[in-house]
Amino acid sequence: MKPSAFAYARPRALAEAFALLEAHGENAKLLAGGQSLLASLNMRLAAPEILVDIGAIPGLEGIAVKGKTLVIGARTTHRAIERSDVVARHAPLLAKAAPHIAHIAIRNAGTLGGSLAMADPAAEWPACCVALQATIVVASRTGERRIAAREFFKDLYTTALGPGELITAVEIPCAQPDERQAFLELVRRRGDYAIVGLAARARIKGKTLSGVQLVFLGVGVTPVPAKAAMAALEGKAADAAALGAAQGALDEDLAPGADLRDLYTSAEAKRHMARVLVARAVAALLG
Amino acid sequence: MDERVESTITVTVNGTRVTRRIEPRMHLIDFLREALGLTGSHVACEHGVCGACTVRVDGEIRRGCLTLAVQTDGRTVDTVEGLSDSGELALLQQAFHERNALQCGYCTPGMLLTAQALIKEHPEATREEIREYLSGNLCRCTGYQAIIDAIETVLRTPHA
Repeated sequence: MKPSAFAYARPRALAEAFALLEAHGENAKLLAGGQSLLASLNMRLAAPEILVDIGAIPGLEGIAVKGKTLVIGARTTHRAIERSDVVARHAPLLAKAAPHIAHIAIRNAGTLGGSLAMADPAAEWPACCVALQATIVVASRTGERRIAAREFFKDLYTTALGPGELITAVEIPCAQPDERQAFLELVRRRGDYAIVGLAARARIKGKTLSGVQLVFLGVGVTPVPAKAAMAALEGKAADAAALGAAQGALDEDLAPGADLRDLYTSAEAKRHMARVLVARAVAALLG
Repeated sequence: MDERVESTITVTVNGTRVTRRIEPRMHLIDFLREALGLTGSHVACEHGVCGACTVRVDGEIRRGCLTLAVQTDGRTVDTVEGLSDSGELALLQQAFHERNALQCGYCTPGMLLTAQALIKEHPEATREEIREYLSGNLCRCTGYQAIIDAIETVLRTPHA
């Protein structure tokens, strides 16, 4: 349970990090908070030749509002997001999701960008970023590019990040005044990976929902937007009929052929949990 | 750019600056226990689940097995030894003793550090909030009730 040997570099600027990534290619791993990476190194699921620690590079941390966009630096910790009044005001989904991430000692170290780059299918931030229609800002030696969160997660632990690229920030449209956001998870024990989780948001006028986003985690290899269920609620009064239609539509979103199951939970059990979470989410949005 | 297979780090551990040459793969918890002989913090699961290796880095609790010693270069680390000597944990230690909140003691140093973080952050915590805060620290002996009792005792003590 000790990692195999690796070299270590702690660049002081992005340009130095890019040079290291270019020199070592796939043999290099980026180290941010290390809360997923070190566990996988300890279990020798990964054995990079060199760790490039981005902990000393300035400008990668912090939470700010720029115009109508909330900008969170990639190296901002889960705990900083959890405790931020600015996040609670402009992206309450993130404030609600943060306490579900592992445990406090881990949230003190783990980072937003690290979680997104890891792309664990049961992680909270990827589903939240898709639901919030966030933009992932990535940089490389050749410049910067912006990737919509829904285009970012490609497969199991696989993202749109190319060789030599790293995440520098996440841009999130600030919540509208009539918008509500909810985050729900079903777990066996506090801090475990979710069996099923749901990031939800909608604008509410009276009881009518619009701009509905329902994005699941833990039911596929990437975050799963429940498109049919979203359509069933869009523009509708959130009554029992609309809710029933949305829950029924989940059979299309989480289709029988899809690989929903994990080591412990069958696909049918997950589909049932997803229906439960949609009902709870709609209640939370209206509450 | 410098790429090192050995690193020299200087860390302030329990108030004392120490400098050592280490391999980058060395965990903080092994640095404390093996390089410095501070065996109060324990090693168990080594993948972040159990909390036995909980220590403080720059005042915040961390997993000693999910932190590389090299990442703490220039920083401040506090362990159960230092926080015992300073008296910061005295009320908790007394309450753990009185409420029988330990049996084998393996989880206790981690429990104490997490509990002290809770006391500083949430002095009004309910039993349910104590449970949630401690959810990342596993105990195989006590069934947790006595640990929660001990922490609650300290929280409800006026001078805590």
